[in-house]
Amino acid sequence: MTKLRDWLIAAGVLLLGRGSPPAPRESRPRIVAPGEPDRRAENIVLFLFVLATIAAAAFIAVYALDRLSHQTQWLGLAIGGAFALLALAGTVIAHRLVVTEELVEPYPEDSPDAQDEIVQIVEESGSRFTRKRLVTVVGAGALGTIGAALLAPAASLGPLLHTGELYRTTWRRGRRLVDEGGTPFSADAIEEGTFYTAYPEGADRELVGSPIVVVRLPPAEIRDRKDWAPRGIVAYSKICTHAGCAVALYRKPTFAAVQPRPALVCPCHYSTFDPAAGGAVLFGPAGRPLPQLPLEIDRAGNLRASGTFSGPVGPSWWGVRMGKARS
Amino acid sequence: MRAVVTLATAVAVLLLLPAAAAAKDRRGAALYAANCASCHGLNGQGVPSATPGVNGVDGQGPPLRGVGARAADFYLRTGYMPLANAHDQPSRKHVVFTEPEIRALVRYVASLGTGPPVPTPHPGSVSAGLRLFTDHCAGCHQAVAQGGYVTGARVPPLTDATDRQIAEAVRVGPYLMPRFSTKAITPAQLNDIVAYVGYARHPDDRGGWAIGHLGPWPEGAVTWLLAAAALLGICTLLGRRLRT
Repeated sequence: MTKLRDWLIAAGVLLLGRGSPPAPRESRPRIVAPGEPDRRAENIVLFLFVLATIAAAAFIAVYALDRLSHQTQWLGLAIGGAFALLALAGTVIAHRLVVTEELVEPYPEDSPDAQDEIVQIVEESGSRFTRKRLVTVVGAGALGTIGAALLAPAASLGPLLHTGELYRTTWRRGRRLVDEGGTPFSADAIEEGTFYTAYPEGADRELVGSPIVVVRLPPAEIRDRKDWAPRGIVAYSKICTHAGCAVALYRKPTFAAVQPRPALVCPCHYSTFDPAAGGAVLFGPAGRPLPQLPLEIDRAGNLRASGTFSGPVGPSWWGVRMGKARS
Repeated sequence: MRAVVTLATAVAVLLLLPAAAAAKDRRGAALYAANCASCHGLNGQGVPSATPGVNGVDGQGPPLRGVGARAADFYLRTGYMPLANAHDQPSRKHVVFTEPEIRALVRYVASLGTGPPVPTPHPGSVSAGLRLFTDHCAGCHQAVAQGGYVTGARVPPLTDATDRQIAEAVRVGPYLMPRFSTKAITPAQLNDIVAYVGYARHPDDRGGWAIGHLGPWPEGAVTWLLAAAALLGICTLLGRRLRT
């Protein structure tokens, strides 16, 4: 522990130590007149950088804590404040710490050392800074913390390696379909031309693999997996395979002869799935068909799952095509 | 003498009443034959495949037997029907029939089979309606009923729809809209939805400027425009123009 502290102190000294100032260029005359050091402005800049660092760190802390009331507002305030303080520091530097003068000169016809001159001007413009390295380190710290704050939400992006959970669903053979109130769905109650949302009986409804959408089609129209659709009743995961929105739209023609065929549509980006063809993508950004749940009708006339989904439920991830849904 | 006159008048009225009713029915049938039959068939049996109709327009339409007064009232009072081309999506437009003509047509279509009557919505709860509308309708019709798109069709805004038309449409499911049975949406819930749509016509915009109630996109765009203007203002404050 003491060794770590020693190392940290050594690193701080190395970073903040003044070192030897660069040898002045004697060969060239100065282009920019040397400016008066302004320690007060420099302190203000350092103070603003530190505040920006604190604001950005506060963003990370609020995000990690995930328990505050008005969390969204606090997050916005923290990251917005960090950017505003950074901008303010930049403004103070530009106005009070960089040597400025107005010059009007014709564009040079041919000037091979123009680039060198610009480098020289930039170097000499910083002559008002007395603690250049400290300002650089604190500024870089502020920028680095803001960068970390911007990347912090990426930590919420699902499991990276242990993706086994993503294949798991609550549906298995024999599980009954129930409505929002917990009443089992009778096959006779499912009508054509409308849609129903169903959940697995006795399982957590909040899981991504739980809600399904149930529609009834004329049995003759079903082109794929006919044995999964007793009396033309088909069930699909309600979670869109593109971005995970709820597939809340059912398009059904009033007069099939001249109108588009039935489809399940996601309202977020209009991914359109064909309920008669195993949930195949008809339109939109979804890259996989909507996972279908095989159904059967029990002796009491209620709908039950006769297996689990045809594919992994929910938005795609890197390993989505490597495994199957399992209960 | 007076009694005889009264009796005669009564007899005449009794004789004329069915005659008047019959005249109304004939009027409905005539209107139907002139405006609907080329697509929906002579007796409402439907025209399953395209047949040359009036003015060279192909007639093709679903059967109307059993749709009842509810669907007829909805399609006629919204101007959805008559439709110029069977392949078009019906949309809200000028109603071509007069009030008595609509009544005669609705009565005639209802007489083609046994179907549901025109519903009468009752006052409902706006807050319950908001929840139900979000669950069942907002995916297509947008949170404040401004309409939008679904693949293959436009979704109409509900700003011009009357309470009765909302109640009818939920059960009828016009064009690509699903029908909702009394199990999916109970009559009491339907009243709530109607109440919410009524509220959504003139919502109290707590945020101030509603920007057409079009949702997050225009709100974001306006924010960006205002933010861009503010940033430009700050830039001109910070910087100085080189004086030549």
